Amino acid sequence: MRLTGADIVVNCLKDEGVEYIFGYPGGAALHIYDAIYNQGAVKHILVRHEQGATHAADGYARATGKPGVVLVTSGPGVTNTVTGLATAHMDSIPMVVITGQVPSGLIGDDAFQEVDTVGVTRPCVKHNFLVKDVKKIAETIKKAFYIAMTGRPGPVVVDIPKDISAETAEYHYPRKIEMRSYQPRTRGHGKMIKKSVELLLSAKQPIIYTGGGAILAEAEVPLTRLVDKLGYPSTSTLMGLGAIPARHPTFLGMLGMHGTYESNMAMYHCDVMLAVGARFDDRVTGDLDKFAPNARIIHIDIDPSSIGKNVSVEVPIVGDCKSVLEDMLELLEGVSDSIHRSAVDDWWETIKGWKRVDSLQYDMSDTVIKPQYVIQKLFEITKGDAYVTSDVGQHQMWAAQYYQFQKPRRWINSGGLGTMGFGLPAAMGVQLGFPDDLVVCVTGDASIQMCLQELSTCLQYNLPIKVLNLNNQYMGMVRQWQEFFYDRRYSHSYMDALPDFVKLSESYGHVGIRVDSPKEVESAIQEAISMKDRLVFIDVITDPEENVYPMIAAGKGHNEIHLKPSRGEIENRELA
Amino acid sequence: MKRIISLLLEHEPGALARVAGLFTARGYNIESLTVAPTEDPSLARMTIVTTGSDAIIEQITKQLNKLVDVVKLRTMSDGRYLGRELMLVKVVAGTPDQRNDMQRLVSIFRGRIIDVTDATYTIEMTGNSDKADAFLLALNDVELIEVVRSGILGIGRGKHILRV
Repeated sequence: MRLTGADIVVNCLKDEGVEYIFGYPGGAALHIYDAIYNQGAVKHILVRHEQGATHAADGYARATGKPGVVLVTSGPGVTNTVTGLATAHMDSIPMVVITGQVPSGLIGDDAFQEVDTVGVTRPCVKHNFLVKDVKKIAETIKKAFYIAMTGRPGPVVVDIPKDISAETAEYHYPRKIEMRSYQPRTRGHGKMIKKSVELLLSAKQPIIYTGGGAILAEAEVPLTRLVDKLGYPSTSTLMGLGAIPARHPTFLGMLGMHGTYESNMAMYHCDVMLAVGARFDDRVTGDLDKFAPNARIIHIDIDPSSIGKNVSVEVPIVGDCKSVLEDMLELLEGVSDSIHRSAVDDWWETIKGWKRVDSLQYDMSDTVIKPQYVIQKLFEITKGDAYVTSDVGQHQMWAAQYYQFQKPRRWINSGGLGTMGFGLPAAMGVQLGFPDDLVVCVTGDASIQMCLQELSTCLQYNLPIKVLNLNNQYMGMVRQWQEFFYDRRYSHSYMDALPDFVKLSESYGHVGIRVDSPKEVESAIQEAISMKDRLVFIDVITDPEENVYPMIAAGKGHNEIHLKPSRGEIENRELA
Repeated sequence: MKRIISLLLEHEPGALARVAGLFTARGYNIESLTVAPTEDPSLARMTIVTTGSDAIIEQITKQLNKLVDVVKLRTMSDGRYLGRELMLVKVVAGTPDQRNDMQRLVSIFRGRIIDVTDATYTIEMTGNSDKADAFLLALNDVELIEVVRSGILGIGRGKHILRV
């Protein structure tokens, strides 16, 4: 079958089973847009800004586990995707981004809407391609999906000049692809796995620390079985929430900069640490010199370069988290559960002492709305079943702390890059992936304004997202750091010209609700959820000076964690 | 510590930029880098000279391996590889004394004079980097016009082989 390059692109997507493509047309992509017009298999979602397309595809990928697909034009179309590519790259999210390019003959001539796409995107993708021959399109797109989805996943860009999408070639989509230069390993090394099990069983003060890799590998079943079997305390990074249910008896909550007291203290004092698909990020480890000083570390990761990058590891295991954990469970089969549980009894007693500090406690108020309370209510009403996306800042931390994620892929946020503006477009991708489920975008008055234009996309495709805006009239996290570290000099963190979000939502064709009293919070959330076919924007006016606690200041150790000031006495006693 | 890393990579446009970009993005040093196609035209071979602690060298090799275009890689350790460099040196050699001195020096270092003009000699020299350095040192009162060094090419000794 002889097809144009543009038709080949669309047929590849169809044969790859792509459901949605998020995009925005423009000159260099017009042949491909024409090919999209002539078919019905791949549904195109027209966004309002290319950054929105990448975040939407990213949200879709995080929630469904399938690759997110984007189509944009050359030049500004490409540069607008860069933030979305970097966001996906940092969190290892599989995406394929197809970009139009100026005709081959004009490349390098500073043509209209020309940018060196491969050069501009190179540092923020897993790989990228410039297709120079129409006969190579199908093979290149197959490679792009294969690279995006295997090994440590990530975004891949395929740049197609306009003349190449007009030329014709025989269409054949390869079923399988082999690359001599890219052969990711999935099975862990048997000897290392055996060693890890022995080390785990010898532990007196163990901790299981999981990250986003456990979610990407869909390792929740063997992971929870391992935690059940060993009865060891477990904690998770921001990216790993939901792999172990938040209400699991061994789960100590999130760790790191805004993690719970008990999880950070357990990390500091542990003797054996099992890291599962986590990368020892600085927001997790704090000061590396003070990081888990007595720990013997086992690290499972599919990316060899993650192992030993920030901390030295005694037992490195390169492999897919799910496969490695299954192999570990097999070795543990003959071991009686009760023996090692009693070995860590004292450890659990110590941890229970830390838990009594109740580090997530906050002061309730009858007059001002505490943001933590809003998230708690959201959790109670939705019973932990909602898909929650977020932007970046205080609201993100509160969502992570107070929404107890019981399932993987329910918590959708930009952890690595910390991209404000991610939440709303990501929620669009999630809602398209799960049209019958409740999707809530927890955001803030600063973040929401960074991709606000996507409210228009939500109307066009009837996406009944619930936007929960924790409106404190500040860039809350910036203000918090300025309060702590810059003597309350609130340099440019105050927003004194906020729009009326209710009217704004209404002008976009949605429902807006303003809440400014604590007693209205619950009913407002319920009312929003009851409007099943409408996007509802709930503008919640919160305490402007509330801070996120606990907090480990950047560059400090886990043992230097700060609790809410009124709890300082307990903190000091515990630290002593 | 100085290390030599040899790699085979897909001979595709942009592959060199991926390697060079990795070094700048992650703050690694490049002392020299050479690249050329191999007997298999689909592959290029690159030799990188870099410096860093063992932990950094380990990260460099892991990060290089992670690049989709890199097919195979080997760190060359002392005694198990041969490193050679090509150097071209243009010097002032106008008077009979200057010419005689230069011919003697070049012969001691087993170089070759490959171009002669009224006023200059151009010398070709191959060997390990120490030899090249020593030759430049020996030219102390000669007027240097230009020095071009290729950077090191490395190959493993005997059974230490890097091929697909």
